[in-house]
Amino acid sequence: MTSYRTPRSRAAGLGSAKHGVSTWIAERVTSVALVPLALWAVFAALRVAPMGYEGAVAWLHHPLNLTFSLLFAGLSFYHMGMGMAVIIEDYIHRRSTLVTLLLLNAFVWFGFGVATIVALLKVALATSVGVAL
Amino acid sequence: MAELALPKNSVVKAGKHWPAPGGAKAVKSFRIYRYDPEAGGNPRWDTYDVPVDAVGPMVLDALIYIKNTIDPTLAFRRSCREGVCGSCAMNIGGRNTLACTHGWAEVPGKAVQISPLPHMAVVKDLIPDLTIFYAQYASIEPWLHTTPPEPANEWKQSESDREKLDGLYECILCACCSTSCPSYWWNGDRYLGPAALLHAYRWLIDSRDEATGERLDALEDPFKLYRCHTIMNCAQVCPKGLNPAKAIAEVKKMMVDRVI
Repeated sequence: MTSYRTPRSRAAGLGSAKHGVSTWIAERVTSVALVPLALWAVFAALRVAPMGYEGAVAWLHHPLNLTFSLLFAGLSFYHMGMGMAVIIEDYIHRRSTLVTLLLLNAFVWFGFGVATIVALLKVALATSVGVAL
Repeated sequence: MAELALPKNSVVKAGKHWPAPGGAKAVKSFRIYRYDPEAGGNPRWDTYDVPVDAVGPMVLDALIYIKNTIDPTLAFRRSCREGVCGSCAMNIGGRNTLACTHGWAEVPGKAVQISPLPHMAVVKDLIPDLTIFYAQYASIEPWLHTTPPEPANEWKQSESDREKLDGLYECILCACCSTSCPSYWWNGDRYLGPAALLHAYRWLIDSRDEATGERLDALEDPFKLYRCHTIMNCAQVCPKGLNPAKAIAEVKKMMVDRVI
């Protein structure tokens, strides 16, 4: 435990990373964007629920519905990933666990995000309703 | 992992009961954290019965009474006894504050529980190790940066610019805020904490300072600055009524101002 580093050296650590404001802005921009998008998603879900399979596929063919669905899915995963990273950085201190969890978090939010977007596009870009996918 | 339980050697055990001298009837109990590194062993809770007629109104009065009359081995820091020096900051009734400006009658519960500032290494009894806290304050370079360092006559400042320092310069570095901050508990080695950041802002908005950019550069860091999650404990506990969380928010706004 004994360290001969001076207190000033320990307080300075490795110095400033000169990075952070872009993440801070991204957190806030995605939050603001997700307020109307989440409201829209709730209404969309209520509208689509009684439509049945054919109706839902047709609904997603509408360019606006697809755009908003993609935005909602993409931004949600991005925002979730950033939030989770902050929690991990706050609470995890063992270096190996920290890096492992941050990697896992990155893979999860990006992987699931891409999978969701692929699923939406696959349905929306099918040539016509009713085609076997 | 964040420490969810105290390490074995930090668990506070039951301690001694010290009755009031002379068998006084009207007493107030003080439950005080005791730890002596030289004696070894775990910290303990000692209870002191203080005769209410013999002691002044503040928690510090009671502590001084205990040290003078009941148990001279009790260790705590104190100096000005009027909320100016910040020495007697401690956790009283579960809340960080200054013992000298906090009345013991205001503390809810049967006994007044007193422990050192939370999540700091303990030197002895109520004395926390503030070495890194002070080094973090020094690291924000809390002095005027100008080229050249000496002015021809004096550095002038308008009244309105001087007013911007109100609510910041009053900080006495008692460490109540930083040691009440969960972010500082979990990452006190990398996060500068509310006290140092409040002072950082005090120099950032000083109209006479010429190093604003360099100061912002030194702060833009995921840990040094952005561990602040606006939990607001700092503003809640500040015995001087300051708002470090607002100062930190202003620093974050300055960071945005130079990119947008």
